[in-house]
Amino acid sequence: MDLHVVGPLASPAERAAVDALLGPPTSGWTGGVRDPRTDGHVARGGHAARSRRDLLLPALHALQDRVGQISQPGLNYVCRRLAVPPAEAYGVATFYALLTTTSRPRAVAHVCDDIACRLAGAEAICADLERRLGPPGSPRDGDVTWLRSPCLGRCERAPAALYTIAGEVPVRESTAPVDAASIVARLERGASRRSGGDQTNGHARDAAGPAVTDSVPQAGSPDLRLLRRVGVVDPTSLEAYLGSRGFVALQEALAMGGEAVIREVGDSRLVGRGGAAFPTGRKWAAVAAQAAQPHYVVCNADESEPGTFKDRVLMELDPFSVIEAMTIEGFAAGASKGYLYVRGEYPLAESRLRGAIDSARSAGFLGPSVAGSDFAFDIEVRRGAGAYICGEETALFESIEGRRGEPRNKPPFPTDVGLFGKPTVVNNVETLVNVLAILEDGPGGGARFATIGTPDSTGPKLFCLSGHVTRPGLYEVPFGTTLRELLELAGGVPGNRSIRAILLGGAAGTFVGPDALDTPLTFEGTRAVGAALGSGVVMVFDESVDLVGTLRRIAAFFRDESCGQCVPCRVGTVRQEEILARLADGVAVRSRDEELALLADIGQAMRDASICGLGQTASSAIESAFRQPELVRP
Amino acid sequence: MTHDPSTTPAGVPSVQFVTPPARASRPPEAPPAEARPSVTLTIDGREVSAPAGSTILEAARSAGVDIPTACYLENLTPVNVCRVCVVEVAGSRVLAPACSRRVEAGMEVQTETERVRHSRRVVIEFLASSVDTSLAGTRVPDGSLAGWAERYGADPSRYGPPAPAAEAGARDTREPGHHHQPSGQEAAHAATVSQPVKVDNDLYVRDYSKCILCYKCVEACGEDAQNTFAIAVAGRGFDARIATEWNTPLPQSACVYCGNCIGVCPTGALMFKSEHDMRAAGTWDEDAQTVTGTICPYCGVGCALDLHVQDNTIVKVTSPLDSSVTEGHLCIKGRFGFEFTNARPPVSGGHGSGPDGPSGDGAADR
Ligand SMILES: Cc1cc2nc3c(=O)[nH]c(=O)nc-3n(C[C@H](O)[C@H](O)[C@H](O)COP(=O)(O)O)c2cc1C
Ligand code: SF4
Ligand code: SF4
Ligand code: SF4
Ligand code: FES
Ligand code: FES
Repeated sequence: MDLHVVGPLASPAERAAVDALLGPPTSGWTGGVRDPRTDGHVARGGHAARSRRDLLLPALHALQDRVGQISQPGLNYVCRRLAVPPAEAYGVATFYALLTTTSRPRAVAHVCDDIACRLAGAEAICADLERRLGPPGSPRDGDVTWLRSPCLGRCERAPAALYTIAGEVPVRESTAPVDAASIVARLERGASRRSGGDQTNGHARDAAGPAVTDSVPQAGSPDLRLLRRVGVVDPTSLEAYLGSRGFVALQEALAMGGEAVIREVGDSRLVGRGGAAFPTGRKWAAVAAQAAQPHYVVCNADESEPGTFKDRVLMELDPFSVIEAMTIEGFAAGASKGYLYVRGEYPLAESRLRGAIDSARSAGFLGPSVAGSDFAFDIEVRRGAGAYICGEETALFESIEGRRGEPRNKPPFPTDVGLFGKPTVVNNVETLVNVLAILEDGPGGGARFATIGTPDSTGPKLFCLSGHVTRPGLYEVPFGTTLRELLELAGGVPGNRSIRAILLGGAAGTFVGPDALDTPLTFEGTRAVGAALGSGVVMVFDESVDLVGTLRRIAAFFRDESCGQCVPCRVGTVRQEEILARLADGVAVRSRDEELALLADIGQAMRDASICGLGQTASSAIESAFRQPELVRP
Repeated sequence: MTHDPSTTPAGVPSVQFVTPPARASRPPEAPPAEARPSVTLTIDGREVSAPAGSTILEAARSAGVDIPTACYLENLTPVNVCRVCVVEVAGSRVLAPACSRRVEAGMEVQTETERVRHSRRVVIEFLASSVDTSLAGTRVPDGSLAGWAERYGADPSRYGPPAPAAEAGARDTREPGHHHQPSGQEAAHAATVSQPVKVDNDLYVRDYSKCILCYKCVEACGEDAQNTFAIAVAGRGFDARIATEWNTPLPQSACVYCGNCIGVCPTGALMFKSEHDMRAAGTWDEDAQTVTGTICPYCGVGCALDLHVQDNTIVKVTSPLDSSVTEGHLCIKGRFGFEFTNARPPVSGGHGSGPDGPSGDGAADR
């Protein structure tokens, strides 16, 4: 390949930002100064540069964080450094919503207008911002701007906003609750300083103190397993973690050996908490048995399902547990390298995880000899850039590899052909944290774990309660708790209003009516009522809600987040949104029944023929609502 | 493989980076032909045996079962994105793309069930309601989209009349994650990819109103043939599009005008300028054309050429997909270097009749 890079040179700031990540260029061929003595007739570095293709997304982040956009000169420089064709790099840069290839102000507020935030007045905030700052994205040449955003994973304290302020010391900060005045004030403060504002990132507010119980009302309760350290143990201190039985599960695992670990996880009948509910032990065993080397483990921390915030809470408030569990996973699967792919909208989680990894490494819990054993393992954090689809496991691999986050067709499955084409175990954050509960008390832990919950849904489960509940937040209960019991734990519906609908599993989930309140929250229980637990979202809508408006927002979400690769989803999500827009605005091009029949036709094709779970579930919540006329009555 | 350790920045732990394999969404290479035992499966209830590693499509075609395809081409790696070829595989929750799914022993495949027909119908409707498919499939041997629409009873007008076309360049700069949400009124019209034709060079035009995003041109330009990577998919979702970097016009881009993208494009979105101009002038007449096979005279590779001739004038050049030399791919000389044959003393009437003639604004000689 002949790299064809034209156009002006990157600014010193852009070069410095990229070099800070990649190191200085080694020759004129890779973006350095051309030295006729060494670079004259021989091309150097092409192969070595190309082998670092997986640093493309981190390099794009470096540009975006430094100057607030991906400029053509900046992208060209990255292309030279990594020997990536500019058209491909442009294709990658234009895939992610948190990267922009057009000029945009340095300080941006990404204001959540998704399902839970809509219930908390997001539309009024957006209208107010439009009056104060102009329409979203404008002015292109100003200091500050705002954009609408899909769910930011802070639904329990909705409405939420994410600030990104580019500069030498870039700021990314996610906050809730917000209002228009606080958003404008934060933007102006950020824009007025060269560094982008507070060095503390304002995270302290969210991190400690009484705020924890705003997100985790049960914090400190002795019955908790997954959340037991949350709000109790300092998430930034390795000593505190060690003092609360931290790394005990790892020691147990190292002592019992990889096969025994897999056996325990299998005995526990733990299944994935990322949505697909696949038996975790089977996945680990499949990768451990693969002859192809190396093996990889990947922690899927891209949590972007609207209404979901469980992984964020775990990562922010108990980051060491994620690191420990990944290390155990690597040990069992025969991997020496783990990737932790964390959502770009979770700056605090990312910095806590990076901190935890650094401390764990310095203390010898990561590195060439994990906890003094002969097992070598390390973890690299990768940051997402605004793409729900990158939570799909194969899209996540593509994203890490420096490509557009387009899901792969399965089979082959990740356990055979995963990251970099190698056998890979992918697990969700919550799934991993369960592994600690299984191993912590030594052999037999799997069988003990399996006694929690029901025979077909074992263990404790996190539920993300939001919307019209008195105490929204993250709750841990054993599987089998009913929806009613869970809502009671959260104080019921405020003002004793009646419930119109409950969304289970997020935008890709299902709406159920109040008649489903006695459903036990288990995989089998929800299946019996035609629903699914998905990622553990329980979003409550009282009688006042305009549900068709909510459905329209869900349709818009899928229209935005489809990767665009396959026809059923790329066009189907557009057609679905068009029907919802007509229904919501009362534009009758045909009878309502005919519109609903068309919606069902579209849904069937998306479900059957789409490549990945996004298209396959993009009509799920919408169709479920229309199947229950009492939910969508005006 | 390890990258040069001297390029590791201080403070960043040295890490092993592994070369990503060729686009890993592709199924692994099939084993070499002689080593392939055959597997037995059933297709539409009939027992069929096929070499291990072949796709359902290959097995079906060899058994005489017709499965429509739009993003598949024999000389490219299957990308399985159009989903026109989906079939039902017993035990599978969703339908499987015949073009890329490998056969397995005992597999039970149904190619025309109600479920299959439904998905094909809706997918064809989706394509025809959002893209100008008037030329889709007419240029490849697989049959035309219009023909399949009839076979599956597709009615693209169900989604409403087409929305107005986008202004030039507007679709090229749409940002991911943010789209204009249609009002109910706007939604009475079906969104499309319509936009003006891109004419920025004398050799070929890009009419992305006709693009079904089958990825073939990207593959032909990059990994599967040309290794130039001048074009890629940019944007996301319905705003995804084929683009050069920053939508740079082709003459400034990395394009080398091999025209291999035109050769694989199933919809006429990529077209010889000569053909485009003649179509615009109403003089394009495939029935009046002859196709003459010959060998490219320019270099020793000896590529097979098919010269498409109308009124004694070469109007375009293709290469047979099954040519062992080219697999359908050419370079700029074989593809476009024919203009000199059209240069002849002015005579009145007919095509190629001099500098002002419809195909006479010779491209390759500029
Ligand atoms: C569109 C889409 C988005 C997804 N997002 C996530 C996610 O954010 N986090 C997650 O853990 N799994 C997500 N998944 C599921 C993953 O593909 C995968 O099943 C999961 O990471 C496996 O881990 P588990 O077995 O521990 O659940 C998503 C799937 C789809 C189809
Ligand atoms: S279903 Fe949607 S998100 Fe998934 S591959 Fe197809 S277009 Fe992409
Ligand atoms: S331009 Fe043609 S070949 Fe390229 S993606 Fe579009 S339809 Fe396919
Ligand atoms: S098409 Fe190009 S490579 Fe092929 S014979 Fe002609 S000049 Fe040579
Ligand atoms: S943070 Fe706004 S809906 Fe989740
Ligand atoms: S031909 Fe199989 S998906 Fe397009």
